[in-house]
Amino acid sequence: MKIAVCVKQVPDPEARLRVGADGAWIDEEGVAFVLNESDEYAVEEALRIAERTGGEVIAFGLGPERTREALRKVLALGASRAVLLSDPALLGGDALATGRALAAAIRQEGADLVLTGSASSDLGYAATGSVIAGELGWPHAWLVMGVELAEDRRSVRITREMEGGMNELSAVVLPAVIQVQAGINHPRYASLKGIMAAKKKEIREVAAAELGVDAGRLGRAGSRLETVSVALPVSGREVEWIAGDAAAVAAALVTKLEQEAKVLR
Amino acid sequence: MPTYKAPLRDLRFVYYELFDAESLTALPGFEDAGGDLVMTAMEELAKICEEVIQPLNAPGDEEGCKFENGKVTSPKGFKEAYDLLAQGGWTSLICHPDYGGQGLPHHADIMAGEMLCASNLSFAMYQTLTSGAYLAIEHHASQELKNYYLPKLASGEWAGTMCLTEPQAGSDLGLVRMKAEPRGDGSFLLTGTKIFISAGEHDMTENIVHLVLARLPGAPAGTRGISLLIVPKMREEGGKLVLNGVTCGSIEHKMGIKASATCVMNFDGAVGHLVGEPHKGMKAMFTFMNAARLHVGIHGLALAEAARQGAVQFARERLQGRALTGAKYPELEADPILVHPDVRRMLLACRAFTEGARALTAWTTLAIVDAEHHPDPDRQQAGDDLASLLTPVVKAFQTDLGFETTNIALQVCGGYGFTRDYGMEQFVRDCRITPIYEGTNGIQALDLVGRKMPANFGRSLRRFFHPVAEFLAAEAGNERLKEFVEPLAKAFERLQRATGWLAEQSLKSRDEAGAAATDYLHLFGWVAFAFLWARMAKLALEKEGKGGKEDVLFYDAKVRTARFFFQRMLPRHSAHFAALLAGCASTMEFPDEAF
Ligand SMILES: Cc1cc2nc3c(=O)[nH]c(=O)nc-3n(C[C@H](O)[C@H](O)[C@H](O)COP(=O)(O)OP(=O)(O)OC[C@H]3O[C@@H](n4cnc5c(N)ncnc54)[C@H](O)[C@@H]3O)c2cc1C
Repeated sequence: MKIAVCVKQVPDPEARLRVGADGAWIDEEGVAFVLNESDEYAVEEALRIAERTGGEVIAFGLGPERTREALRKVLALGASRAVLLSDPALLGGDALATGRALAAAIRQEGADLVLTGSASSDLGYAATGSVIAGELGWPHAWLVMGVELAEDRRSVRITREMEGGMNELSAVVLPAVIQVQAGINHPRYASLKGIMAAKKKEIREVAAAELGVDAGRLGRAGSRLETVSVALPVSGREVEWIAGDAAAVAAALVTKLEQEAKVLR
Repeated sequence: MPTYKAPLRDLRFVYYELFDAESLTALPGFEDAGGDLVMTAMEELAKICEEVIQPLNAPGDEEGCKFENGKVTSPKGFKEAYDLLAQGGWTSLICHPDYGGQGLPHHADIMAGEMLCASNLSFAMYQTLTSGAYLAIEHHASQELKNYYLPKLASGEWAGTMCLTEPQAGSDLGLVRMKAEPRGDGSFLLTGTKIFISAGEHDMTENIVHLVLARLPGAPAGTRGISLLIVPKMREEGGKLVLNGVTCGSIEHKMGIKASATCVMNFDGAVGHLVGEPHKGMKAMFTFMNAARLHVGIHGLALAEAARQGAVQFARERLQGRALTGAKYPELEADPILVHPDVRRMLLACRAFTEGARALTAWTTLAIVDAEHHPDPDRQQAGDDLASLLTPVVKAFQTDLGFETTNIALQVCGGYGFTRDYGMEQFVRDCRITPIYEGTNGIQALDLVGRKMPANFGRSLRRFFHPVAEFLAAEAGNERLKEFVEPLAKAFERLQRATGWLAEQSLKSRDEAGAAATDYLHLFGWVAFAFLWARMAKLALEKEGKGGKEDVLFYDAKVRTARFFFQRMLPRHSAHFAALLAGCASTMEFPDEAF
């Protein structure tokens, strides 16, 4: 069983962000980058399936050179190899262009199952997984809260979280792309042995030209979406205290929500 | 509740910028242990500390250890956290690969120690004692004992302790009475009682390996007749582990480190084996004790750091009063207390201490690495001299000031600091033991003055004096460093004078040395901090404005903290200098009955 897991490196959620000079992205200088949290769940799920089946996990990362650190981290957790897509021709793209490049790299490597996190914490499009599935022509499931490999290893039974506390159970034929939900498991800590072993594991770099995809469909050139500008939310300091007993406060609040904020009608 | 963020940036600064731990990759066995690898490992351990071990700190204090029918139960979650560390290989950071260890250089263990102790000192003790036992066995035991015990200790499957103290033998280990009688087959039967034994009994591991000081029949009196034996809780018989006659009689109820079991241990004909030669136990135990003393110095640093973080968090959030020069945050109901000069004084005192202590710890640690691993015998000797000189200073100065720092941090939090719910008072209570155990700070001061200072006709002392003098000479003309170098020169000159005075006076009366010892140790501590702060300031000034925004802020804060240290803290050395020179008469001539 060969399991591909896609990971992204994102700004540390605790970093103090500033808008960059071009206004279209943050100023990355001095910002620490970490493995995208929701990808940690995908990695954990991949490792668990691999451990149960005696399979191997291969990590895929697309991003600038620093993405190597995120891949190293996944190797420390237990993946056996990694593929890095850091060619400048692949960077700066939207989910469509990024998913295409990842799908091409996965196709070359061959995999029975692709796992991704639910969304990246910086851009949050939550679309890369679906694009990969579309490109590969494989089934795809999102918001997955449970993955169980069928006895014959030809399909996985998945649990999806629906609204109102309902679960949807379905069988997905492999190969498939499964986008797991944060909280599906408890991601492990890397062991010291794992960290030391990771130093010696392979991170293979794949250039854009090796992917067999038309250059116009990759990176910025292949993107349909352009980020025009980013801004930090304005932090308002105006707080209005509504005093009184619960009934009076509730009534006053409803009035304000209707008349001032106009969010209730 | 205070939270904890491991000071990884500052650890990297002291080990890889101020000192050159990267050069350890040139030593045999450490080729792969570059800063990249070591710091990656520390990042992961930091997460475990912050997310798993620190959250057990307050509940562990509340619940404490339980003693029932000879069994000790550790607080909820401790065993799971211990297993997590053991399974991850974190208990064997510096153990030799031959015994299943990871073979990293010593400083990895010291960085890890700071993070673990800051997160939860009680918890950390179960593990650090095991690594101390490992070291003593690795250095002094026979190959057979090593092969049997070391893999189990490295993997964390078995834990370790040090059993020195007896009711009549505390600071004075020459009074130890524990009996060890030869059985004729190379083993010994131990009979007697040890008290105050940390981690003597617990539920973390299936077996506990005790390193015990005892007397063989006919041993000379005093410390010259003490032997070191290894005595397991469970011994192997016919391939099975059976009880070995070592039992826990009770546990202490204490002011702090309540989740660390402090045990009375009874040995009833327990089978043990000699470590090292008969009657040479103190020498072997010193390996353990030196490692443990450095570790206790880290306890002081670690708790101070944890408390400091809690104080800073509180000072940012607590709104009281207005800045004396006019409101700094007019849109708020009041200014955060961080604006008040007195609060800033307290926070900076905490910071200057913790960062200074981290640097002194690093210097000592890297000297130990040289002593143990450097191929050049001169470097080995130099490392050994310096490490043994600095060890009592690290232990005593960092725990005295560490305790003071936890107390200052509590003060920042006002009445909230005093309440149990807030978590700050635990740091103070937990830290109070650190000037006591592992040789009281009074004993450390005697060790410095009586043993380390005169050692090798002053060669050890010169290992410290020479680098300071060289630094002062090299930087004498450096205008930018003047504000740091001048006060360092002044304090250093006083330390030299005090040293000369002490050497002279000790010839006349040993009471002079005894009465001056603690002041001398503190004077020494302040000068050692000043030397390292001056070097840190120099480095930070060189890097000023370089690197990313975080780095710019980091180096800027470093220089400012150095400035605070030299202007507002170093003057304290004067008091010790003056007190010491006053001599012992007023202390010694006071009649015993009048106390
Ligand atoms: C929580 C805790 C955990 C401990 N863990 C361990 C452990 O794991 N293993 C172990 O073996 N022991 C352990 N100890 C014992 C500890 O190391 C001793 O308590 C310590 O060494 C001091 O000995 P004492 O308590 O007998 O005090 P004493 O030696 O009676 O000292 C009392 C006072 O007299 C001073 N004093 C004594 N002799 C001199 C002297 N010659 N010159 C000047 N001043 C002197 C001391 O500085 C101190 O202020 C632990 C103790 C505690 C409280």
